[in-house]
Amino acid sequence: MNNHYNVEIPSDSEVILGILNNSDVVLKKLYLAYFPMILQLVINNNGNEDEAKDIYQEAIIVLYNKVKRGDFELSSKLKTFIYSVCRRLWLKRLKQMDRYGGDIKDFEDYLPVEEDVERHQERDLQLNKMGEALKLLGEPCKTIMEDFYMHNKSMQDICERFGYTNADNAKTQKYKCLQRLKKLFFQQQ
Amino acid sequence: MKNDQLLEMIERYLAGEMNPEERGEFEALRTKDANVEAKLEEHRHFTGLLKQFNERHNMELRLNAIHDEIDVHTMAEDLMAHPSLIVRLWRQHHSKISVAASIAIFAMLLTLFFTGNLTNKDPRVEQLKREVDKVKSDQQILKNGGNRLFPKQPKAGPTIIAKYRGTGFALSSNGYILTNFHVVNGADSVYVQNADGESFHTKIIATDAEHDMAVLQINDPAFKNLGAVPYGFKKGKSDLAEDVYTLGYPTDAAVFGEGALTSDAGFHGDTAEYMVSVPVNPGNSGGPLFDSKGNVIGIISGRQTQTQGVAFAKKSAFILKAIKDIPADSLKTKDITLNAKGTLAGLSRKDQVKKLKNYVFIVKVYNQ
Repeated sequence: MNNHYNVEIPSDSEVILGILNNSDVVLKKLYLAYFPMILQLVINNNGNEDEAKDIYQEAIIVLYNKVKRGDFELSSKLKTFIYSVCRRLWLKRLKQMDRYGGDIKDFEDYLPVEEDVERHQERDLQLNKMGEALKLLGEPCKTIMEDFYMHNKSMQDICERFGYTNADNAKTQKYKCLQRLKKLFFQQQ
Repeated sequence: MKNDQLLEMIERYLAGEMNPEERGEFEALRTKDANVEAKLEEHRHFTGLLKQFNERHNMELRLNAIHDEIDVHTMAEDLMAHPSLIVRLWRQHHSKISVAASIAIFAMLLTLFFTGNLTNKDPRVEQLKREVDKVKSDQQILKNGGNRLFPKQPKAGPTIIAKYRGTGFALSSNGYILTNFHVVNGADSVYVQNADGESFHTKIIATDAEHDMAVLQINDPAFKNLGAVPYGFKKGKSDLAEDVYTLGYPTDAAVFGEGALTSDAGFHGDTAEYMVSVPVNPGNSGGPLFDSKGNVIGIISGRQTQTQGVAFAKKSAFILKAIKDIPADSLKTKDITLNAKGTLAGLSRKDQVKKLKNYVFIVKVYNQ
């Protein structure tokens, strides 16, 4: 099926190495290789193209994290793993939307991947909370947090950017911002 | 130590910016003070989340960039399992179709209900079970009053008035009577009364609703034996234009009616029936239909309401079948032995009727 789109299917070990090296080329190959399979699954089971995209990208992230944690065993094929995760995610979403008709039309073999999906969704929930907290935080705190904790900028850079006269002021400001962010994060249910 | 100072130490420790001396001190503090350890863990987790959030965000950007290069729409067209036109129409409009169908069915049932077509009875054919109405019962009361003047009248069954009645005829000498199923349907008790006015209690032992037949058995202690049944039952088919006649009880006295077999098929072309031109009335239901030789060729079951003088009779072959189908345990010890050949063949019509009159009964049906 995939060959129909003249897509090169990367070997599983190539993908694993690529993920570990954060390779853009491999990510693209991987994405193009299996997207048609998931698109087919979703659009033939009450979904649309955008939903297929969401589900597929989630599955790629699940795979990424699993490989980076070092717990992806090459006992199953990547294709089967991706399909199984997408299938599981799509079933869950269908049920949430009350669109689940009782059976799903399958195109591939699949494995039980509940554990991976649960883990992913738990983490996703935390990250969404973080996103919300950052949104509520406001400037300049948000940028300070992003610069320092996400983009690994030094306090020196931050001082210059925000025009703080000495590093102690900047540190105090950063500390306050972090405390507020924590508060916002833990306040959410 | 102030919290912000502690945090700075934690950050420096985690970033590996401490010199070995500071590091040693801090690790000592960690093991000594659980509070410091907890703070460290919390901070590590929280900043980890921030980093992961950033990673997820970057990953999404990368994936979206790749995704934008795909012509998803064309791909989706190709991958969609294309169901047939009918299936697609059904999927898109099934709720509307269902509603429309429900309304149509409802409307149809309503129409049938109000036109009277919903019952199994066709309005154009009338079953000849007789409902004994008020006027009739008044007459009966007068007659019962008269009974007191003639105390030697034979036992006449229950004094309450039968609700319905029809005709029945003997199948065999040991007390089996055949009538229409519609005559005895829903009965609480069924009596048969012979030409002499004697009533016997009977039990319904078998019914065949499809062919509208019921077999009764006289179980009255007063009943002895009917004597040999003079008529036989014809196995084969009778021919068109054959002379036929019936004897029945549309009134309290036996009524003879004659005519011809006019069609091999009955109402709506029902091949289980003959059409005959014999005058029949309510109460004739269940009466025997004889040919000129005095053989039973059918059982009167109804007449057409729109045409005068047209009646229907179930064919004798179905009588034989109905009797054959009676489960053996319903018959107990007494078998039904039908005459294949009667003794009436040579006799004139008048003598035939005289002989068989005693084997034709009024069937009286009592219910609540």
